[in-house]
Amino acid sequence: MREEPTTTNREETRRNRDEGVNADTDPGADSLSDTDAESERAESAASAADPNLTDGGAAVGAHEDPAVVPETAATDDDSEADAVLELEGVVKRYGSETAVSGLDLTVREGELVTLLGPSGCGKTTTLRMIAGLETATEGTIAVGGDVVDDGGTPTPPEDRDVGLVFQEFALFPHLSVAENVAFGLDDPDSAEAERRTSDLLELVGLGDYGDRSPADLSGGQRQRVALARSLAPEPDVLLLDEPFSNLDVSLRVRMREEVKRILEEAGVTAVSVTHDQEEALSISDRVAVVNDGRVEQVGSPGEVFENPTSRFVASFLGQASFLPATVTDEAVETAVGSYHRDLLTGLGDGYAGSSVDVLVRPDDLRATPTAEGDADGTVVRRQYTGPSFVYHVRLNDGTVVRCLHNHTEEFDVGEPVAVTLVADHALAWYPSQ
Amino acid sequence: MVSDGGFGRVRRLLDDDEPGTAVVVLAAAVAAAVLSPLVWLLVGASSLDADAAVSLLTSGTATTVLVNSLVLAAVVTAASVVLGVPLAVLTVQTDLPFRRLWTVLAALPLVVPSYIGAFAYVSAFGPSGALADLLAPLGIGIPTVYGLGGTALVLTLFTYPYVFLTTRASLLSFDATQLEAARTLNHTYPEAFRRVILPQIAPGVTAGALLVALYTISDFGTPAIMRYDVFTRVIYVELNSFGVGRANATLLSMQLLAVTALILALESRVGGDAAAGYGTPSSVETVVSLGRFRWVAAAAAGGVSLFTLALPVGILGMWLVRSGPGYGGGGLAFHPAFAANSVYAAALTAGVTVLFALPVAYYAGRSESAFAALVERATYLGYAMPGVVLGLALVFFSSQWLRDAVGPTAAQLVYQSLPLLVFAYVVRFLPQAVGSTRSSVLGVDRDLIGAARLLGASPRRAFRRVTLPLISPGLLAGAALVFLTTMKELDTTLILHPTGFTTIVTYIWRVQEAGYYGRAALPALVLIAVSGLSMIPLLSGGRDDA
Repeated sequence: MREEPTTTNREETRRNRDEGVNADTDPGADSLSDTDAESERAESAASAADPNLTDGGAAVGAHEDPAVVPETAATDDDSEADAVLELEGVVKRYGSETAVSGLDLTVREGELVTLLGPSGCGKTTTLRMIAGLETATEGTIAVGGDVVDDGGTPTPPEDRDVGLVFQEFALFPHLSVAENVAFGLDDPDSAEAERRTSDLLELVGLGDYGDRSPADLSGGQRQRVALARSLAPEPDVLLLDEPFSNLDVSLRVRMREEVKRILEEAGVTAVSVTHDQEEALSISDRVAVVNDGRVEQVGSPGEVFENPTSRFVASFLGQASFLPATVTDEAVETAVGSYHRDLLTGLGDGYAGSSVDVLVRPDDLRATPTAEGDADGTVVRRQYTGPSFVYHVRLNDGTVVRCLHNHTEEFDVGEPVAVTLVADHALAWYPSQ
Repeated sequence: MVSDGGFGRVRRLLDDDEPGTAVVVLAAAVAAAVLSPLVWLLVGASSLDADAAVSLLTSGTATTVLVNSLVLAAVVTAASVVLGVPLAVLTVQTDLPFRRLWTVLAALPLVVPSYIGAFAYVSAFGPSGALADLLAPLGIGIPTVYGLGGTALVLTLFTYPYVFLTTRASLLSFDATQLEAARTLNHTYPEAFRRVILPQIAPGVTAGALLVALYTISDFGTPAIMRYDVFTRVIYVELNSFGVGRANATLLSMQLLAVTALILALESRVGGDAAAGYGTPSSVETVVSLGRFRWVAAAAAGGVSLFTLALPVGILGMWLVRSGPGYGGGGLAFHPAFAANSVYAAALTAGVTVLFALPVAYYAGRSESAFAALVERATYLGYAMPGVVLGLALVFFSSQWLRDAVGPTAAQLVYQSLPLLVFAYVVRFLPQAVGSTRSSVLGVDRDLIGAARLLGASPRRAFRRVTLPLISPGLLAGAALVFLTTMKELDTTLILHPTGFTTIVTYIWRVQEAGYYGRAALPALVLIAVSGLSMIPLLSGGRDDA
């Protein structure tokens, strides 16, 4: 199967990339999750000590670590060899309903790609087509270099070398935990199978649970069994369908880390599906944002979060607001003041006189109480989350933006405030609609 | 704290809500009455000479009857599984064309009383049967319909739906994502069926198979018409003969009860409750594509329906339209009074059964005590006791015990009287009424009675004004079911009907014995219709989706 050195190398590069990702996403982390914020901050502090990563971003890491090069979107040429899963122009129609409308995706060996999108966007259908549980209406699906579905007779699920962890886990209630894990092995009664089963149970931290019935397990334990079961036959690609949606909120964050560890140790290529942006950003090597049956943007979590290429992606990730602005020769004029042109990502020399909408998230803005006459707007709503406040401010031009504040900074609804852009990074922007 | 006092009062009232002594006594009396046939049978058996009994039970005839009965039960049960399970899988899990239609058609043979089915088959393939006559000139001989083969065939065709329905219910509660999981774990559908589906639907299949076995072992009409010597047929014959006949019948009945008890014990252990995982949702999606075999499968399902539905109804219809002296003669003309007798007896039975069921169901639904459970269980005897055995017990009670204990006049008054027949029906069908009444009693919110009491109603008034109106639909449903099943009841009707009191069932029996098939066609079709109505609860229960 896989040669050890390659695996090790790959894992190393992945780990590097992850740290870069965390550094990237950190500014947004506060607004995403209070539970995760602590750990992410700690990790980003650690990675900040690494000079390679101070700039943040996968691109920097890529230039300095040759191992990463084939895996970045920028140098796509070499990636063909590594592609384990390829979807080209995949369409799925049910009668007159189109669930998936021309979806392209390439997943490379060893990475975890998450399809992220709102419910009904076609992501679960896509997963089921990869597994062979649905047949694509149009397009091509290839797993491990073999075309499994291209309009002819599709390869049945049992011959695809694809594993699937079901949303409800779908453990066999009449079999013990160990029998569940051994189910997909060629000779489930052999000593070889027994060894593999106990290794996998060990990997998922359920070494002593082999004789139990799935009915006696907690949600998190069931998920581990489901994971071990689908890893057992060593699939080319492991699919995870909303893997954490069936768990208690308190368990989700813990299981995310745990699943990520297990997938890394198993060195498996994985595709996960979720509508939870925080989950997608925290566990994935790359995120594919899916909307209306097609992929809107693919990239590392940092890329996608910081530079959404479309308004949909921007508004789907984080508590995005759009601040109207006018570009002049020297500056960017907004309702909350005038800023240097560097404020906007990749703004070329032109554009003077254009109207744009700047993507601002709560952590990019600060509100300060001020006299009525100097105010940019008034506080219209406040959300208390415990460690922080998010204030909704209606600017004088009617735009509503959100400002993130420490829990000690308490303003009242109706209070006039001045709003300042405090982002320490360039902001994404879109032509005005 | 006014509200607190109020709740405390309600709770105290509800604690007092245990049914009163009158209800308990009534319920116990009903249970005792229903159990009495068992006592008469035991009394009859104990009066037999022990040595004679041993030699009879070990005689060649008794052994043959036991072996015949067990072989028949085994063959019918196995064949029902072979027929019922694939049909259930086809209609639940595949893209069989017209699935909904086949689902209904596969369950529908239950509406044909098996003795009507047997009658139809004998009148088609028996000597001078309709199809036998048609095929004979073509040189096609039909193997005899009498004996094990014909009996097993007819019983299988009309009882396999029990297996079909229980298997179907198990499959519907089976979580289809488990099948998908098995397929992503490199199992083809047949492999997954064996390793994942079959172990989980096995309890459902077994429950249905045991129902078939129970039905087969206690059915009288089919083996009697098809002339195969099993317990019920021999008991009936012995009962109507003189001399040691009644003693033989008693001993065989004891044996038959033992076999029945064994099947029931197995059934209670299986429980019929399919393992439906742990809270995973069921699925009715099509999961297997049959491809080219879709039409082959549909043809197979159609073939089954041909023999279970088209053939018997077609034969009866043919007898109906075919006229002529050879078919209709014999001075056994059907008289509307026979139908009136059937309706009269059935209506009487329905009324009495509901009256009997009410205290038992109310007691069982309102009390948690072990005695209440015992009383309710006791009323299910009729479900377990074959009709022929019940008939024998009541014959023994009325013609022998009453004569010896009270006097010949009393015996004459009771033996083969309408009240005794109605009592037999009540014993047989009380479980149906208790079942539907008890669930409606359980459905009445106890707070409603508490509320009525707080508003000043006495317990009796609360029952009359609140409970009774709320459970009346259940009572009515129970009464309707008892009415319909009584209409088609054969075994005890034949043994206990008053002389001269001809019902539809006894009429059919008489003309089929005499071979005047044309005469029986119309009443048989009427019974199929009646029986169809009585099966609605069972069939609709198994039909929900898909």
